[in-house]
Amino acid sequence: MAKGFVAVTAERCKGCGFCVEFCPTHVLSLSSAFNSKGYHPPYVLAGEKCSGCDLCGMYCPDFAIFGARYAR
Amino acid sequence: MHADPKGVLTGVHFLDGDHACCEGTLAAGARFSSGYPITPSTEVVERFAARIPKVGGVFIQMEDELAASIALQGAVWGGAKAFTVTSGPGFSLMMEHIGYAVMTETPCVFVNVQRGGPSTGLPTLPAQADMMQARWGSHGDYGIVAICPNSPQECFDLTIRAFNLAEEFRVPVMMMLDECVGHMTEKVVIPEAETIEITPRRFTRRTPEAFHVFEPEEDLVPDMVQAGDGYRFHITGLTHDERGYPSMHVDVQDRLVRRLQQKLAPLANGRALCETEDLDDAEVVVVSYGITSRVAQRALQMARQRGIHAGKFRIIQAWPFPEQHIRELAGRVKAFVVPELNLGQMVWEVERAAAGKAKVVSVTHAGGGVHRPEAILEAIVKAVGN
Amino acid sequence: MSEMECVMEIPADAQNPVEPFLRMDRMPHIWCPGCGIGTTVNCFTRALLSSKADLDKVAIVSGIGCTGRVAGYANLDSFHTTHGRAIPFATGLKLANPALQVVVYSGDGDLFAIGGNHFIHAARRNMDLKVICVNNLTYAMTGGQTAPTTPSHVVSATSPYGVFEPAFNLVQLAEAAGAAYVARWTTYHVTQLARSMSEVFKKKGFCFIEVLSPCPTLYQRRNKMGDGLDTMKYYKDASKIRNGAPTAECALTKSGEILVGKFVDRDRPDFIELMRTEMQETLGDRYAGMEAPCRL
Repeated sequence: MAKGFVAVTAERCKGCGFCVEFCPTHVLSLSSAFNSKGYHPPYVLAGEKCSGCDLCGMYCPDFAIFGARYAR
Repeated sequence: MHADPKGVLTGVHFLDGDHACCEGTLAAGARFSSGYPITPSTEVVERFAARIPKVGGVFIQMEDELAASIALQGAVWGGAKAFTVTSGPGFSLMMEHIGYAVMTETPCVFVNVQRGGPSTGLPTLPAQADMMQARWGSHGDYGIVAICPNSPQECFDLTIRAFNLAEEFRVPVMMMLDECVGHMTEKVVIPEAETIEITPRRFTRRTPEAFHVFEPEEDLVPDMVQAGDGYRFHITGLTHDERGYPSMHVDVQDRLVRRLQQKLAPLANGRALCETEDLDDAEVVVVSYGITSRVAQRALQMARQRGIHAGKFRIIQAWPFPEQHIRELAGRVKAFVVPELNLGQMVWEVERAAAGKAKVVSVTHAGGGVHRPEAILEAIVKAVGN
Repeated sequence: MSEMECVMEIPADAQNPVEPFLRMDRMPHIWCPGCGIGTTVNCFTRALLSSKADLDKVAIVSGIGCTGRVAGYANLDSFHTTHGRAIPFATGLKLANPALQVVVYSGDGDLFAIGGNHFIHAARRNMDLKVICVNNLTYAMTGGQTAPTTPSHVVSATSPYGVFEPAFNLVQLAEAAGAAYVARWTTYHVTQLARSMSEVFKKKGFCFIEVLSPCPTLYQRRNKMGDGLDTMKYYKDASKIRNGAPTAECALTKSGEILVGKFVDRDRPDFIELMRTEMQETLGDRYAGMEAPCRL
């Protein structure tokens, strides 16, 4: 069970790639699917590695993703 | 409501126009001024700097007029009544921010003690050559209010009126003094605070959820708000909708810009402050303002002594221009004589309002001094003669 | 594993922590893909949260430019003012209501070209303002013209043959003008940036934080420096954290080393404290104070 989760608002994403690059545990990857503007949003590649650190949320310039720890 | 006694220097004083104007700001409730020194206006803020720490408030001398003209607007949104003071070159620098005050509907007062121009001109000598600039100096379509006192007493009284109009219409108001009125010393009576009517800022009674900072009330003027009260409002100089959010729609621009002018309409006609005398049988009307109106007073006296039916129309509120008054007079007088300390500025408004129904004569003066009464009399005689 | 197979369980009440701070009815914002301004806003949000600021008392003032648009998106009392004049507006706002925490959020051209004079005077006065300068080394909004921060040899819209003017070293300028707090980070340093922002909310006086950010559409593209992500990787590789480094040694170049860190953190009485002290010294109990009676 992962310590945390990420939530993506795909329609806001502009495919900059910051979240994918800077996730410390490489949870994300850019998908081949695209949103209505033609950008490729991230998808969860390795969810079990997510610590909920929210670095993705801190980096995202489009407020399209955030992470959080599961409440215990 | 009545003036706060802390700012009212009740008594009979011997003051020059600049000093009286400062007392007017304090009586009106101004508790913030951001200034920059420029002759012949500096005494207004020098006095304010001396008075305000004992009344309660802040004076800050900014690094230039660009800063002064917007710092006061920050103070207004922080809840204070605020003003600045300048003359020609500074007035030119302040133009962008006068436009910002118009666009954001920031109630505030700009005092311009006019001096000889253009450019550095005649720093210590009078002119009235910024009158059109007061109306049109910033870019874009907009309207402002401008008031011309002609005595130190009026510098006191009309400054209070300027603040009141600013609050009523959420608009910047220009106090258009000239160096002569600013530096002439006369008796100024400052009454008891309870007799001075102050228009309070029209803070909204709506809750933050229901309030929009640019949503007009019935009089086309939005209620006001201040930072720190939880309204989380946004103001911008960009064209904006009623929420204050930038918008590029043509209909938003149309609605906003027309309303900014329209809201001043009540001042254009019945409420346009002016002083008239001997108009009932007038054949010729002398239209003047500021120091020139004092000289014109003598010329009118001399004209009447010669049996000329000359009447006085003293412009006190120059903008919005009192065109209805002039139009009405044009229907029944032969001519308007318009002496000004400039090469012709308000005379064009008179001509426009007269619409060809009466002759309009400009009596120019390049500035640096005042007209001789004889020069105005000559124009009156000539206007009646033809 | 296919892209659709890994589904995370997302709690029903999960909300992006930045959203309460934004005017969500104005999303999406206007910034380009890979622009770092939004990243700085995330840091700002986290700093407001961690410093437990009373959001009703935080006011944000911006100038004109891409970074200037931050005020319009922030769910605070926010002021989008004229080009270069956010600082004097903020000065008036603060002096009329000293209880406000006044943040100036603007770009390098706005704060240091047209706004340069106001910056140095506010720093000189130690006016209690928190100035966040997103430095993308260009005038982005108008199409990527040369700014006083654009490094030598860079190609810009108004220096098509390469910039040859020396550029400002903003942190050195801020220190020299009298700022009480001076730090520089990049949009890669999100944790440190949020921490710096949180620190300045607790510090009285003129606080300056420079944040280097990509402008992929104009600056990076014209200079064939890749996109936003390439720039972030450059920031990661080329930056060195040197807290306390002499600001004179912190100049930036086109593609060289980037010194980041907290460079200045000193205690000086701020403008309001200085004013009160002098007035009380001279006037004694005749000094009526500076609180403007609001609601007048």
